[in-house]
Amino acid sequence: MITLTIDKKKVQVEKGTTILKAAHKAGVEIPTLCHFELCDMGIENKPGGCRLCVVEVEGRRNLAPSCITEVDEGMVIETHSTRVLNARTTVLKLIISDHPFDCLVCAKSGQCELQSLATQFGIRSMPYEGEQSKYRKDSSPSIIRDVDKCIMCRRCEMMCNEVQTVGALSAINRGFMSVVAPAFEMNLEVSPCTYCGQCVSVCPTGALTEVDHTNDIIRFLADPSKTVVVQTAPAVRAALGEEFGLEPGTLVTGKMVTALRELGFDYVFDTVFAADLTIMEEGTELLQRVRGHLAGDTNVRLPILTSCCPGWVNFFEHNFPDLLDVPSTSKSPQQMFGAIAKSYFAEKIGVNRNEMIVVSIMPCLAKKYECQRDEFKVDGNPDVDFSISTRELAAFIKKANIDFLNLPDEDFDDPLGESTGAGVIFGNTGGVIEAACRTAYELHTGKKLEKVEFTELRGMKGIRSATVDFNGLDLNIGIAHGLGNARKLLDDVRSGKSNYHAIEVMACPGGCIGGGGQPYHHGNSEILNKRAAAIYTEDERKIIRKSHENPSIIKLYEEFLGEPGSDKAHSLLHTEYFPKSNALTMHLKS
Amino acid sequence: MHLLVCAGTGCHSSESDLVYEMLRDEIERKGLDKEVQIIRTGCFGFCEKGPIVKILPDNTFYTQVKPTDAKEIIDEHLIKGRSVHRLLYTDPETMEHVLDSKHMGFYKKQLRIALRNCGTIDPENIDESIGRNAYQALGKVLTEYSPQQTIDIIKQSGLRGRGGAGFPTGLKWEITRKNDADQKYVVCNADEGDPGAFMDRSILEGDPHSVLEAMAICGYCIGATKGLVYIRAEYPLAIKRLKIAIAQARDYGLLGENILGTGFSFDIGLKYGAGAFVCGEETALIHSMEGKRGEPSNKPPFPAQSGYLGKPTNVNNVETFANVPVIILKGTDWFSAIGTEKSKGTKVFALAGKINNVGLIEVPMGITLREIIYEIGGGIKDGKKFKAVQTGGPSGGCLTEKHLDTRIDYESLTAAGSMMGSGGMIVLDEDDCMVSVAKFFLGFIVEESCGKCAPCRIGNKRLHEILTRITEGNGTQGDIEKLRNLANVIKDTSLCGLGQTSPNPVLSTLDNFMDEYMEHVYDKKCRSGKCSSLLYYVISADDCTGCMACKRVCPTHAINGERRGVHWINQEICIKCGACMDKCQFDAISLLNDYPREMADVISN
Amino acid sequence: MSKKINIPPELFTYTERVTRANGLEVIVNLPKEKIEKINDICNSFDNNPRELVNVLHETQHAFGYLPAEVQDVIANNLDLSVAHVYGVVTFYSFFTMIPKGEYPISICTGTACYVRGAEKVLEEFKKELDIKVGETTPDGKFSINCLRCVGACGLAPVVLVGEKVYGHVSPDRVKLILDKYKR
Repeated sequence: MITLTIDKKKVQVEKGTTILKAAHKAGVEIPTLCHFELCDMGIENKPGGCRLCVVEVEGRRNLAPSCITEVDEGMVIETHSTRVLNARTTVLKLIISDHPFDCLVCAKSGQCELQSLATQFGIRSMPYEGEQSKYRKDSSPSIIRDVDKCIMCRRCEMMCNEVQTVGALSAINRGFMSVVAPAFEMNLEVSPCTYCGQCVSVCPTGALTEVDHTNDIIRFLADPSKTVVVQTAPAVRAALGEEFGLEPGTLVTGKMVTALRELGFDYVFDTVFAADLTIMEEGTELLQRVRGHLAGDTNVRLPILTSCCPGWVNFFEHNFPDLLDVPSTSKSPQQMFGAIAKSYFAEKIGVNRNEMIVVSIMPCLAKKYECQRDEFKVDGNPDVDFSISTRELAAFIKKANIDFLNLPDEDFDDPLGESTGAGVIFGNTGGVIEAACRTAYELHTGKKLEKVEFTELRGMKGIRSATVDFNGLDLNIGIAHGLGNARKLLDDVRSGKSNYHAIEVMACPGGCIGGGGQPYHHGNSEILNKRAAAIYTEDERKIIRKSHENPSIIKLYEEFLGEPGSDKAHSLLHTEYFPKSNALTMHLKS
Repeated sequence: MHLLVCAGTGCHSSESDLVYEMLRDEIERKGLDKEVQIIRTGCFGFCEKGPIVKILPDNTFYTQVKPTDAKEIIDEHLIKGRSVHRLLYTDPETMEHVLDSKHMGFYKKQLRIALRNCGTIDPENIDESIGRNAYQALGKVLTEYSPQQTIDIIKQSGLRGRGGAGFPTGLKWEITRKNDADQKYVVCNADEGDPGAFMDRSILEGDPHSVLEAMAICGYCIGATKGLVYIRAEYPLAIKRLKIAIAQARDYGLLGENILGTGFSFDIGLKYGAGAFVCGEETALIHSMEGKRGEPSNKPPFPAQSGYLGKPTNVNNVETFANVPVIILKGTDWFSAIGTEKSKGTKVFALAGKINNVGLIEVPMGITLREIIYEIGGGIKDGKKFKAVQTGGPSGGCLTEKHLDTRIDYESLTAAGSMMGSGGMIVLDEDDCMVSVAKFFLGFIVEESCGKCAPCRIGNKRLHEILTRITEGNGTQGDIEKLRNLANVIKDTSLCGLGQTSPNPVLSTLDNFMDEYMEHVYDKKCRSGKCSSLLYYVISADDCTGCMACKRVCPTHAINGERRGVHWINQEICIKCGACMDKCQFDAISLLNDYPREMADVISN
Repeated sequence: MSKKINIPPELFTYTERVTRANGLEVIVNLPKEKIEKINDICNSFDNNPRELVNVLHETQHAFGYLPAEVQDVIANNLDLSVAHVYGVVTFYSFFTMIPKGEYPISICTGTACYVRGAEKVLEEFKKELDIKVGETTPDGKFSINCLRCVGACGLAPVVLVGEKVYGHVSPDRVKLILDKYKR
């Protein structure tokens, strides 16, 4: 243990602790900007670039960056001497001097860490005005880059390269002109970007934001000739409340449904219904492949990979184009929902699919891209018209001056609003495979599953593995969240070293609860843990907790699809994958 | 008899290779090739008067030799034994030819340790180096001393890093030695990015073996078997000679497996820099060697703990290494007797700017600036007045008249607001504007800042903008205070050595030349006349004939006055295009560096 | 000098197929010989990503500059992201994505040359050729670059045309120097 003095307070910390953390222990909060940490995930960004966390260390020539300077025995530290405050204020003014002053119309306003620091420091003048760096703006299907607002904190670069191993972004140029951008400053759309949105979720300023579709939706809500149907992903209900000041982990399912009705949606449905449907298809596929493998069929590819995460789908299309036959062919719940809504449900209510608008509320930015993919369109009409994020929904509710906190709870509409606990846990890492196990176990063994929780599949560790006993059949299951972890499992699959039967992958750390479209967590991993706990609570509250017991699902197969894996199910609920190149100037052989 | 022809970069640029060829052909033609040996050597240091040809044993020093002079040198000097007087160096004071180079002011005060072989051997021939004791120190260390004993010798000698901050070399080796690892690295920093300093290049071009030998000694001491030279790609000649030297050393068993049969193995490879000043900082250099952007990272961890590929790495610069073999051979007492209390040995400086003898010099620590500038440097060019000397490269500072008698070492230079740096020494005279000089260095820093940390990336840009504003006559009240505050904060908060020292040119000029700043900001005056925006076209009432020619040509109608009456220029409107001055046939228009107040008064009245 | 790069469309003319490490066949806009040359260079460094700077040096030496698709092929060979390679190329001033002129003019703007008037010489070259630093004349004959010290401070101000060094250059000598190459 090391003893030191911070602002005249004695504090004891372990060797290797940074001044920043030691100060935190002593109850002293030092302002930071580039520093970012999700400690439970082992994710950390500390380039020591912003220099706002500098403190005065007795006997040291210059100020020390507290986020990367480790404590020493007997250190005497002052965190708010005149010298420190002047340095911090000057550096903050410098950063602001190279940042547009358009806070009023910035998508990040109110959530911007630079803005809050400016408020905290009481910046009232700009004495260092000068040239501002200017770059080309870039809009992709999911993400907008307004890099004039980049402050070179490098968080997105760290996320994209170290955590996700996507490699779409890098610091480019040098000095004043340096910025984080894709190769050749080309658009994200032509880069290997997966639209996972993790860069957006960590960006402290408005340099990276999502494409906002709220106004498109308002246009159709106002059009009486359109039937507007909305679906909400499981992770949204566990995080939306945060935008209205509720404690993280507060479930707001009922209020969310009421708010959506008030906003004018004609039918408020649940993506969880489609998650149950996914389990029917994917679980069946899993059993087929495993049984085929056991029967000695050498054409069967194992492991089977989940395919409900569009960021993950983009990732393997880019990085594992040689393994495109490995993932399940099942569409994601969002797309299954759209396909069923615009066929089964549209028929039921007698509406032409072109007159129906399907909106999804997602914790995700990749979903925006996914719903625009050509294979999810019928004669140019998309199964899902617009996907908006949890953040956009919150803004929409606020815009409509709906008093969210005082809304009564209401239920989803039938039939696409009925769901089970199995579908709900799709929002957490490990949830999809757990839900699949609940159904596959009963389908395979014909026995009733007594304990529905597979706790061995839960947790926040980046790569997890477990063996599930299917009454004598040992199923090896791998789970990865974060694309870098997924890459490790996939490299093993490619080299033939993998002995898994099934692998679940979620692109975002924590799964959908940590998605790129969720309320900003500002590096507080406790928020992610609370959201995850809320999802499991929602599961426990459900009477039905296995997808194949969902009455609406059973009815859907009886009335419309036949059985899982039927021809009709295949044409509506399954898809195919396409190889993509990582190189910007290379084009795939057509 | 030996003919030494300088093949350093400076002389090479003035066709010294042609001089060499002509001399060689002439020697052959005269059948003298048995008695006379002609050698292409590294830099003599006296670049101002290149190309240089030196004749041994009589130390005749021919300057500015042209290829066409070859015949005369051979005929007169070699055959008839008479010096070619017109090619001899002329002492600027006595105006007499100097026959023996030992008597030249330029060399009298010098003490060449790091440069000991530059200009005396053929760097492309290892036998010549060995003839001058190369690899003897390595042999001695490998057979007589333990690694720790060798480190102790370096520690006792007092040798400090010659690349910048002057960290004790022996201590650095010891720290790297103490960090256990399966692999360690010796890195030679030859990314000499300091504009106006070229000692590392001269050593590598003139005496590459001294560096290779020292790296092997270092490898033995710290427990490394691999050395890397990180060298600027802009140094093709140095790269070529290094490659030759490495190959020859390998052939002789002085590098590679089982050196001199002692069981010690050490080999050296090259890594190229690609034009980034910040890569002189050791963590940035290591990132660059790893194929990344050359951005520095926080220290600790120091390279000695976690360097190249995460392994303990010892980084020294070229000049530091070049000192090592001599210290081993001549002993610590000899070395530590040279210099001052805390700074031992010598330092190589690149003397340039407004000085008569531009070149590379090596002097004992503790010498005064006056001795360097007036005795070795031969004084200020064209008899102008000395104003300042900028030392330590772009992030060094300016020293003035009052520092001329300071004894130079690491501590005294830092105390005077500058630094040793790599040893650039740029002399400025009365024609130089100190605000413009500060602006020049900041411009360099803005281009070379890596962009990683905010104060250096944005702060230096702002400093440069304010300085630009001031030199363009747009300085306003508060600018000087902003400069000082920004400079202090950048110094206090930047991530690496580059940022922490980058405001030095501003701070040292503010300290020593505040009056010039004040003149620029408040009087809109540049006393040296360097700032063209602060020059004023003025019509002399005595010479003006009122011909109206200037008035007609003025694009902004800034000139007033009636026909046959005296004209005057409205300074508020004048864009300083100079058209009026070109047009005036009576030389009535002149350019002044002082704001014509009387005229301004006339206008306002 | 910060680089802002506009990639000219003519750099995308050639088309060739290569098979990438993961078996995917892609089309690269480069002639076969160039791709083979890059492959040779990368192989000579064992396709080691840590040798990126050295690989870029050799490649630029072979082609004169580093266009986008060349960086793509290098990234592919060394198993690096293209963004990383581009990040490195734009960091170092020695690397260029724009072909230099037939006679590349380098003006030393090191301190020694600066105090002896390099700035005025640079201005004169810019004026005479009507291009900015880092640009190439439309006829492809000349390009202007600044470099730091060439170590010939005794000859300051120094200008290089290709490998040829001109010392003690004054603004009025600029036209004479250019005339030698204009023929």
